[in-house]
Amino acid sequence: MTVESWIQVWYALPVLLRGLLVNLELLLGLLALGLVVGMAVALVEVYAPRPVAAAAVAYEWFFRGVPELVLLFLFYFGPDQFGVQISAFTAAVLALGFRSSAYQSQIFRGAIQAIPAGQMLAARSLGMGRLRAIWHVVLPQALRLSLAGWSNEFSSVLKDTTLAYGIGVVEVMRQARYLTARNFRLALPAFIAVAFLFLILTYLGNWTIGLVERRLRIPGLEVRR
Amino acid sequence: MGQLLVVEGVCKRYGAEEVLCGVSFSLEKGETKVIIGPSGTGKSTLLRCINRLTEPDRGRVWLEGMEVTAPHANINKIRSQIGFVFQDFNLFTHLTALDNVRLGLLKVKKMGRKEATERAQAELARVGLAGKADAYPAQLSGGQQQRVSIARALAMDPKLILFDEPTSALDPELIGEVLGVMVKLAHEGMTMLVVTHEMGFARSVADEIVFMERGVIVEQGPPEKLFRAPAHPRTAEFLRKISELYGEAA
Repeated sequence: MTVESWIQVWYALPVLLRGLLVNLELLLGLLALGLVVGMAVALVEVYAPRPVAAAAVAYEWFFRGVPELVLLFLFYFGPDQFGVQISAFTAAVLALGFRSSAYQSQIFRGAIQAIPAGQMLAARSLGMGRLRAIWHVVLPQALRLSLAGWSNEFSSVLKDTTLAYGIGVVEVMRQARYLTARNFRLALPAFIAVAFLFLILTYLGNWTIGLVERRLRIPGLEVRR
Repeated sequence: MGQLLVVEGVCKRYGAEEVLCGVSFSLEKGETKVIIGPSGTGKSTLLRCINRLTEPDRGRVWLEGMEVTAPHANINKIRSQIGFVFQDFNLFTHLTALDNVRLGLLKVKKMGRKEATERAQAELARVGLAGKADAYPAQLSGGQQQRVSIARALAMDPKLILFDEPTSALDPELIGEVLGVMVKLAHEGMTMLVVTHEMGFARSVADEIVFMERGVIVEQGPPEKLFRAPAHPRTAEFLRKISELYGEAA
């Protein structure tokens, strides 16, 4: 590992960053998908009649139980068998997004169930329908309680975006591999650089979530540190 | 029917236990009725059956001649006309006192923001908490929280307010401020149905007292009669016990 190889990686940094941008796009896509679907799954598990709730539990079991690489392969190669072409990027967003939704659903479910039943009763006693009570009373509280657990999920899926490498998405790992394929001596500096980039992203992301947490903090409704 | 609220033959069973068995009574407009009785006799369940926070198994309830228990009754609309004050306040934790009072006005009554704010401020002033509009529930004492919850009920212009042991979760020194608000409301002509162990309040404010035990109404009548000459030995025994417990001359 010579100074020379470090300099080469330094000059290749724009390429790595271009790859990292793809990871960020994946991240945004999968978090958004995971948030919407995860919240829906949580609400169904808590409030829906039993057969519907059971379907949500089965969904969550599948996506928490199948390895991520297997999910990626299923979503990438699966549709092809039925003549549906799907880009590696889309397949990665769907596979990682649905998987994250299963994990996020349990963060949200825990938070929703932590809200005392009296909150719902009080909202209903004012004449609010169930959905309105969930929207205006339960969720604003549950989402605040979710933030701590959610920052965990964020840190986890941020790094999982590199798994998209496995189905050929040209993200940061793929770019690093291109570098090292040409010159194997760049391997260590290149992957150290990738590691460093993710450390920075993890820090920035959790710092932002912490900021949101402090902004939204309400006396009596904080997760204490 | 000249009655504001009519409850007829309400029954509720949890598993093998019959919590309410055939409770009937009525409430006139402007009347304050106090329900007393030992714990676990279905008083709270009865209140919740009136606005169907708990669904009664049998029996019917009418509010101003409209059947609350009808299968296709618009229960949300009916609930918006019946205030409910809970034992443990149940203020919305994430909202300030003002927003707690305002939420129903904005989201249920669809009132404009400015009008709702003014109304909410007026109701907070009415319970003596004009200065606490921006405080969150966790920043208020129990007595203050309960007064906010009364303001929240009042803001909806309810036809009657149901109070479910409103002072039972309070430290003794905070009970007075909540009872004070309730006394004022009674004198202003609010129709109130109150489950409480506060015999002083029952005595001085109630138009009628209902004594319940094991899911049935044992006896009801004006306070003078019930306190001086209870017709039923169980009533006498309960009143004696409670006066020993709370050190009040009953």
